[in-house]
Amino acid sequence: MTNQSATPHTWRDRISAGWEAIVSRRWLLTVLLVIGFALSFLIPRFGLINPYVQLVMMYVGINIILATSLNLVNGFMGEFSVGHAGFMAVGAYVSALLSMRVIPANLAAWLFPLSILAGGAAAALIGLIVAVPSFRTRGDYLAIVTLAFNMIVKSVIENIDAIGGPRGIPGIPKLTTMPWVFGCMVLAVWMMRNLVYSNFGRGVLSIREDEIASDLMSVNTRQVKLIGFMVSSFFAGVAGALFAHLLQFISPRVFDILKSTDILIMVYLGGIGSIAGSILGATIFTILLEVLRPLGYFRFVLMPLLLIFLMLYRPRGIMGLREFRWFIPGYELFASKVWREKREVSDAPAS
Amino acid sequence: MLLQAKHVTHYFGGLCAVSDFNLEVQKGELIGIIGPNGAGKTTVFNLITGVYKATQGSIQFEGQELVGRKPNEITTLGIARTFQNIRLFKELSVLNNVRIAAYSQTNYNPLEALLHAGRFNSAEQKDIDTAMDLLAVFQMDNFADEASKNLPYGLQRRLEIARAMATKPKLLLLDEPAAGINPNEIVQLMEFIQWIRRQFDLTIILIEHQMRLVMNICERIKVLDFGATIAEGFPIEIQHNPKVMEAYLGEGGEL
Repeated sequence: MTNQSATPHTWRDRISAGWEAIVSRRWLLTVLLVIGFALSFLIPRFGLINPYVQLVMMYVGINIILATSLNLVNGFMGEFSVGHAGFMAVGAYVSALLSMRVIPANLAAWLFPLSILAGGAAAALIGLIVAVPSFRTRGDYLAIVTLAFNMIVKSVIENIDAIGGPRGIPGIPKLTTMPWVFGCMVLAVWMMRNLVYSNFGRGVLSIREDEIASDLMSVNTRQVKLIGFMVSSFFAGVAGALFAHLLQFISPRVFDILKSTDILIMVYLGGIGSIAGSILGATIFTILLEVLRPLGYFRFVLMPLLLIFLMLYRPRGIMGLREFRWFIPGYELFASKVWREKREVSDAPAS
Repeated sequence: MLLQAKHVTHYFGGLCAVSDFNLEVQKGELIGIIGPNGAGKTTVFNLITGVYKATQGSIQFEGQELVGRKPNEITTLGIARTFQNIRLFKELSVLNNVRIAAYSQTNYNPLEALLHAGRFNSAEQKDIDTAMDLLAVFQMDNFADEASKNLPYGLQRRLEIARAMATKPKLLLLDEPAAGINPNEIVQLMEFIQWIRRQFDLTIILIEHQMRLVMNICERIKVLDFGATIAEGFPIEIQHNPKVMEAYLGEGGEL
């Protein structure tokens, strides 16, 4: 055992000091984002990384959108939605059909944002339809309703021959590229972060903490829940749209309960009520699943085991209810400090 | 007339929790509701604030009917409350606890919130300042960034009142403010209640078991037992009412 407390410059202190230096420089986030965006163009252009790794990176991006959007409902709002893949399916099918059948082939690439947005909007609309009846009651009901919803979406798609039925849709144009994934991911995470740090976000949090108290403190809980759920399903739809144009083939089987479970694992692995947690959870889960591929079926034993140990030793996940400081808006982070400074200035002439 | 409850009756299944409850509250009054456990006191608060919908009767606040309105609407009209068992947003900071109570006073839409654009930034800044100013009034500004669950018990009680005040109420309902407070602190609490009443120009209804508190600061007292009103009047009248003594203390008690 080294005497950590006696000497001020142990490796631990250095690391924490270095970390502190990094997180206190908020402009670094902007720099990183610019570099990341540039890389997302350069990597595929010059083939800096092999295509398989590029594909995994894009899955990471899509999964980050999925995990963050589910965390909005399950982590921040404290409800339990288990049918996230259903909203993803809606987004995927709507956008794929738009790109293939509505938008002329020569314009599809240019109008890709439109079909992403349409996928998101369709998912949000369906989200609203699911939320209106299921939020009338509290607790486990949402889990049951969303579970049923996921199954309904799957069987509805299976039974409509016009959209391929159980065979799915092959030959979707490959429009999802790395810059698109990176851009959508950053925008999605940014918007959800913005929502969390707003009046509505605080409403969402208060519902998790104590819904009755929240209602009695003038929060329109019904409105807040609907907004939260719609935003969550919107981004699930966006992720679905990106996913469809990356895989180039979608079938109802892709969006079954297991897919929803994957997203749930990402959320709970990363940590509930934390955007950084969702990013971390989605990244770790996606990469781990690829790294463990040589194990074959055993990886489906290993992943649940990992989850069990996580729940035993860190029940709130890696980042549970904590947030990476870069993601907290500056005015929020320093709110009390700024207020105190202002007060001192205004008090000064009087004293 | 600020609040008027007329013939309010409430049933839980077949059980009559409150029967024929009548109350008239003038602006600026401080009224106490007392009664043994299970007398229906908290139910009255829940009926006024819309947590339960009265089975029969009407409750009017500044001439507006409250029965049938949702709790958040009633709070927005100007009725705030605290809870018998503290119900703070435990994991959230003290500042956020207060800001959440200002929910209805914010005027930006969800889109502006998603983009942090438009009216958002100025509204948010104003919001923070108002909340911090309020915390300062309650001498809690130094705890602004602390998670509310980490506060000592007394401060949690105070924060609950501060949070209620953030909704800008005209009528404040205090549900057992002295619960868990030791007898020596009762005097402080009495002064505190008188102080917020003056500071915020409030009308207060309070439920309490501590007779010393009720008898000292309430101008009128209402006594409930098994949902029925058994007495009403000035503290001195209540203290000598044989019905109250019997219901409240058994025989031979003195209030």
